[in-house]
Amino acid sequence: MRKLEEKIFKALMIGATTLIIAILLYIFYVILRKGLPSMNWDMVTRIPTGGFYLGKEGGILNAIAGSLMMIFGAVLISTFISLPVALFINFVLRKNSTFSNIARFGFDILFGIPSIVYGAFGFMVMILLGIQASLIGGMIAVALLIIPILVRSIDEVAAYVPRDMIEATLSLGATKYETLKVVYRQLMPGITTAILLAVGRGIGDAATVLFTAGYTDSIPTSLSQPAATLPLAIFFQLSSPIEEVQNRAYAAALILTVIILILSFLTRYFGNKLSKSKI
Amino acid sequence: MMTYIDIAPMEIAHKKEKTDVIRRQLPLLTVKDLNVHIQEKHILKNINLAIPDKSITCIIGPSGCGKTTLLRSFNRLHDDFKEIKVSGSVLIDGEDIYGKKVEVTHIRKKMGLLAQRPTVLPMSIFDNVAYGPRLYGTRNKRQLYEIVKHQLESVGLWDEVRDRLKSPAIKLSIGQQQRLCLARGLAVEPEIILGDEATSSLDPISSGKIEELFLNLRERYSIVLVTHTLRQAKRIADYVAFMYLGELIEFGSAHEVFNHPKNKLTKEYLEGSFS
Repeated sequence: MRKLEEKIFKALMIGATTLIIAILLYIFYVILRKGLPSMNWDMVTRIPTGGFYLGKEGGILNAIAGSLMMIFGAVLISTFISLPVALFINFVLRKNSTFSNIARFGFDILFGIPSIVYGAFGFMVMILLGIQASLIGGMIAVALLIIPILVRSIDEVAAYVPRDMIEATLSLGATKYETLKVVYRQLMPGITTAILLAVGRGIGDAATVLFTAGYTDSIPTSLSQPAATLPLAIFFQLSSPIEEVQNRAYAAALILTVIILILSFLTRYFGNKLSKSKI
Repeated sequence: MMTYIDIAPMEIAHKKEKTDVIRRQLPLLTVKDLNVHIQEKHILKNINLAIPDKSITCIIGPSGCGKTTLLRSFNRLHDDFKEIKVSGSVLIDGEDIYGKKVEVTHIRKKMGLLAQRPTVLPMSIFDNVAYGPRLYGTRNKRQLYEIVKHQLESVGLWDEVRDRLKSPAIKLSIGQQQRLCLARGLAVEPEIILGDEATSSLDPISSGKIEELFLNLRERYSIVLVTHTLRQAKRIADYVAFMYLGELIEFGSAHEVFNHPKNKLTKEYLEGSFS
């Protein structure tokens, strides 16, 4: 009986894992099959020309550049906010303090809020401030989206920083701030992973940037100009009735996937390097 | 004596010994009516204790009797836990460390803490020792090097690590790490060294080295050790404090406590009736 139980659960686990891998492979397959034929050098080096959305020539450099600028700005803004928050609730406040528990609960709620809500919220704030859809608007909205992810993931790794190490530093007469500078080194690999997660989520999100960043065929040259993004490029092209344009959406998806892959390899590589050289 | 310490010229050492005999009688650290509560539990009950200067005091007693809590209250490490309430006073050089105007970093600088397991910081061997001096503003490279060298020598680690000062401290063996931690603590020039079962995670040879270091260091520092092993206390203690269920049962010179314990409980504990 117990053997049978073991077999059933093992089969279930294997089944679930295989299913996930199969879905992932299928997604890759679709993107590659539909996207590769439309992939060409023009796609990544040119901005759309007049009739691009009707199947004429051009590329989506505007969206690639827009997405990269957007995520760079958003990660910069959100890291500057999330890191102090995570360090504060973990190391400055006393253990299990009411405030840090409330903060954690708050971030859990924020974590679960759909991205369209952040988009709408960002849009509303922009109207209040009289800002038009722009690169900076998109950056802020995406930053709002990924702050909870960053805070909670840094929070998770912060829990593993040995209390002994903090006390060792305190015992040498360090202030809490000076202690944080040591803790930060220990946290470096964890922070890298957190940023990676956030980049993946932020760069692929269409709903937040729909209202806040707008869409344009040119590459933004200042923060106040609207910016195109890859998820929206996919969205707009996919809703076209022309098949060639639809296929270009898959090519854009392929580009987005490759960008995320490259970013994750880079982050992982530098994360490892950082932690090895300092720990 | 061991070779670990740079022994000053004999003459000076001799003079120092004489003054030490007198100084040993003077308490450096005085505990008055110390009470510690953790939530509703009364962990330390009315502790009164005067720890003599330039000697090794071992705090012994069964598990859960409050030894570690007492040690940690000397360094105000309870500050960060809101469920722990400390009352009473701990005087160092006549200054109450729980006084309102006292800077906690100033208190902690006077005490080096050696934890149960070595707690190297995530940086190089050199930076570990230089960490404290840097905190207090030593920036000069030459000076830092001298401090690091001196302290690593005084814990007998210099010859083992001189060629790899830049490599991560975590790569050292556990025993070496613990000596590194001691060197790091000494580098801020404390008056007191606190050890919380500082040898319990080490192999016998490494822990022997640490014990020898303590014996050498008592010439210059007051050392307070919490220890589980009675044999260790017998080997190195000058004074012994026996605690039981949060109370200080007996305090006296090692010779008195081990050979002529006054209290029945102490006697039973030393005989191994309970542990």
